[in-house]
Amino acid sequence: MTFDDFLSAFFSLDILRQAWPILLDGLVQTILLSLLVVPLGLLGGVILAVLSTIHHPLLRWPLMAWVDLFRALPPLVLLVFIYAGLPFAGLEVTAWQAVAIGFFLNTGAYYGEILRAGIESVPRGQMEAARSTGLSRGQAMGFVILPQAVRNVLPDLISNTLEVVKLTSIASVVALPELLFQARQAQSVTYNATPIMAAAVIYFILLWPVVRLLSRLENRQLAGRR
Amino acid sequence: MSNWDRFLDSFFNLKVAAEYLPKIIEGFWLTVLLALCIVVTGLVAGLLLAVLRSFGIRVLNWLIIFAVDLFRALPPLVLITLLFFGLPAAGFSLTGFASTWLALSLVLMAFAEEIFWAGITAVPKGQWEAARSTGLTFLQTLRMVVLPQALRMTIPPLTNRTIAITKGTALASVVAVQEILGAAQAGVSFSFNPTPLTLGALAYLVLFVPVVLLGRWIETRFAWKR
Repeated sequence: MTFDDFLSAFFSLDILRQAWPILLDGLVQTILLSLLVVPLGLLGGVILAVLSTIHHPLLRWPLMAWVDLFRALPPLVLLVFIYAGLPFAGLEVTAWQAVAIGFFLNTGAYYGEILRAGIESVPRGQMEAARSTGLSRGQAMGFVILPQAVRNVLPDLISNTLEVVKLTSIASVVALPELLFQARQAQSVTYNATPIMAAAVIYFILLWPVVRLLSRLENRQLAGRR
Repeated sequence: MSNWDRFLDSFFNLKVAAEYLPKIIEGFWLTVLLALCIVVTGLVAGLLLAVLRSFGIRVLNWLIIFAVDLFRALPPLVLITLLFFGLPAAGFSLTGFASTWLALSLVLMAFAEEIFWAGITAVPKGQWEAARSTGLTFLQTLRMVVLPQALRMTIPPLTNRTIAITKGTALASVVAVQEILGAAQAGVSFSFNPTPLTLGALAYLVLFVPVVLLGRWIETRFAWKR
């Protein structure tokens, strides 16, 4: 195998030109998908985290079991279960719906754990002070506790969001035409690895700045702990 | 047949379960094997890179940082796809098992390197200076003074990351490995009944719930001293 063969198998400009339109389509779908599942996961997470502040044994154990259940189940297993399993129960779901449900459950559990840690990191006095100024419990949570909680765990939230965006690639398994799915399609038609390589490069360009940012935030966090 | 009966017949069909249980158990051990391979190679490679980085050779460190960023930014499924479907174009083919092993090891390596490196830099400089001034060499200092302190700090984040990445073994089903999810999906398409998926999900819970609980325990046991 010569170097030219290698180039034409992985970095063929010809193939790239042909595959570009559908890759671009896939990229748009990946971005839309991320814009759907990140807010959904955050919503699930906020619900779980706020519920966890109600210290009642009847709530605490089911919540913990819920979170651990969806942290133990690989996201792909959950997704396949919803997409391939639910139709047998008479519930037809589209790929988008399956992904939305799966990510709400899985990602919500992760965001929930992070936000719970954030809420616990806010001193108790904050809640007492907020309540004593006449804010209701909900208002105190929304205006006083959550903003500080989010700030305290911001690196973890960003890190999890990065993982969620990367995870959208599993939607290709249920034939949702996002970036990886389109790249696979193009690869199987052309029998050339260039489209997959191109998808990898697109993901990298898209996510590298986030990785760099995280690296910095994490180092700063560490310096504070020293 | 009532709805409830139909539900039971679909998801908890004993006849189908008995037929496919052996396949799922085989898949279970394959998942365990794959996960162990990934954990060992990923962590060892990550530690090696972190140690290499501590030598402070500038060009080498740039390469290490780039590799880490690369494998943190790329979705694991994209890597697996690239290795499994892309490499044959270079006249080089890997089995599904090997592709998943390699891809997830690289991902774990990247995350582990970051965490180990963070641990190494968190050990106060005075420890280095004191150890060196007693006559220990650089490597002795690293091995006997710095790493023991650093590794302890890295245990909680490393455990969580390792668990998250080993759950990625389910991705191997995409490249035709008959691990739990692969075996379950095959079972569903043969029996036209989703019970194998239920079994598969249960198998993952049997495998990962103890691991998640262990992670929780480790997180409190080895918590950062603030």
